Amino acid sequence: MTEEIIIAGFGGQGVLSMGKILAYSGIMQDQEVSWMPSYGPEMRGGTANVTVILSDERISSPILTHYDTAIILNQQSMDKFESSVKPGGILLYDPNGISHHPERTDINIYQVEANAEAAKLGLMKIFNMIVLGGYMKVKPVVKLENVIKGLKKSLPERYHHMIPDNERAITTGMGIVKQIREV
Amino acid sequence: MEKELRLMKGNEAFAEAVIRAGADGYFGYPITPQSEVMEYLMAQKPEEQTGMIVLQAESEVASINMLYGGAGCGKRVLTSSSSPGISLMQEGLSYLAGAELPCLIMNAARGGPGLGTIQPGQADYFQSVKGGGHGDYRIIVIAPASVQEMYDSAKIGFDLAFKYRTPVLVLTDGATGQMMEKVYIGEQHPRLTEEEIKEKYPWATTGKSGGRERNIITSLDLDPYRHERHNIKLQEKYKTIEENEVVFEEINIEDADYAIVAYGTTSRICQKTMQLAREKGIKLGIFRLISLWPFPKKEIRELSKKVKGILCVEMSAGQMIEDVRLNSVDGAHIQHYGRMGGVIPSPTEIFDFFEKNYIKD
Repeated sequence: MTEEIIIAGFGGQGVLSMGKILAYSGIMQDQEVSWMPSYGPEMRGGTANVTVILSDERISSPILTHYDTAIILNQQSMDKFESSVKPGGILLYDPNGISHHPERTDINIYQVEANAEAAKLGLMKIFNMIVLGGYMKVKPVVKLENVIKGLKKSLPERYHHMIPDNERAITTGMGIVKQIREV
Repeated sequence: MEKELRLMKGNEAFAEAVIRAGADGYFGYPITPQSEVMEYLMAQKPEEQTGMIVLQAESEVASINMLYGGAGCGKRVLTSSSSPGISLMQEGLSYLAGAELPCLIMNAARGGPGLGTIQPGQADYFQSVKGGGHGDYRIIVIAPASVQEMYDSAKIGFDLAFKYRTPVLVLTDGATGQMMEKVYIGEQHPRLTEEEIKEKYPWATTGKSGGRERNIITSLDLDPYRHERHNIKLQEKYKTIEENEVVFEEINIEDADYAIVAYGTTSRICQKTMQLAREKGIKLGIFRLISLWPFPKKEIRELSKKVKGILCVEMSAGQMIEDVRLNSVDGAHIQHYGRMGGVIPSPTEIFDFFEKNYIKD
């Protein structure tokens, strides 16, 4: 099994840390992982993206142009990455701030209204974990227990009291994700 | 002992590894995309664990000359930078090579020339392997292609540096520096004591003790005949290194009709290209350079006899390809594919170029 994912949005939305949590979760289930961030001018100007690969085999290229799954969190990223989803792949997005919705008919499209949900809960910081929950529901490549293990490993102990909130956010995301189009 | 497993950036893994390799001092100046090296070292405070010094110098020129001083005392010293900063260090590198001083330099290269860009590049090949400074000298250049190899390169680099009394350059780029992968952390090697340094490195300037001649560390000799003898000694050393320290990796070369020659980040990208080719029934293999200098001359010659064509892939206008051509048999089909200025080639565009120029023609 190899899962090639791009996560793209604004800096500050937790794009890179969501990728990191996925990578840690992969390690927790004995997979090979790679995490390749955009670190260039786009990061300094606002948008951020990260390519995460989870695989049972040695990972060849950490840099890709086509993905099994694209997780899209703003319009610029939608414009840039909608076309890069492999046919039959998954595009998961938060409709907040999206004016041009995806139009492809050869991929599975899902929405997770994470922004609205995080605002409702008054916990904007866990926005990315709601998105992650949505992803885990539509493509269960990482198990919840391994995500929690990964969080414990990656977070300094002083933040461990926030893990239950994160777990709740994931479950929330799993509950609110909805399918828009199926191939 | 079970090794500790971590998820780290290439830059961080290298920084952790130098502490573990028993380094005595790091001297550097920040520059994207390798600033994590010094950030990580500063955060770890190795002076409280092993006694290793971490110092932000006032410039790259100062850093490389601090290496000269530290190495002269037999200490395990290093610096890291990215392309423009490494250019500033070339004078110092020539002096270090001339004075036969061991040290470790890491270049997380970016697109050039000039300030260029902060995105990855491989256009520093010439500077790295042909002697970026003045004079007849070579330095050992190793090119890791994963975060684990970034980690491993620290110990390997220091060992080679002291074995041959030469600077060793770890040449990577922004992509491998910024990427996170799994890395197994090895044991902590202790720093050498003053006594151990005196015993292991009798050439070091550790304070003149009774009975022995004074140790002099210099690259200057105004007597041309004596200086020529020094040059001949250096050339003999380089010949020994060329005979003993060539490192490379062959991936599916055994049955290959065609081969890609690449190193570092592009050698990883090309593994995906190789998969695309093999899915179409084309027997494509990868010859991956690990030591850029010494260059695998004999092996490239054999490869050029064996396969129908060689494609050199680099994030440059074509630099490594000159060494591949120089060492291949006459008439071998060798072409370059590359991107410049910080653009990373994709596995599919490399495949498209390969298919068009090697298969369809």
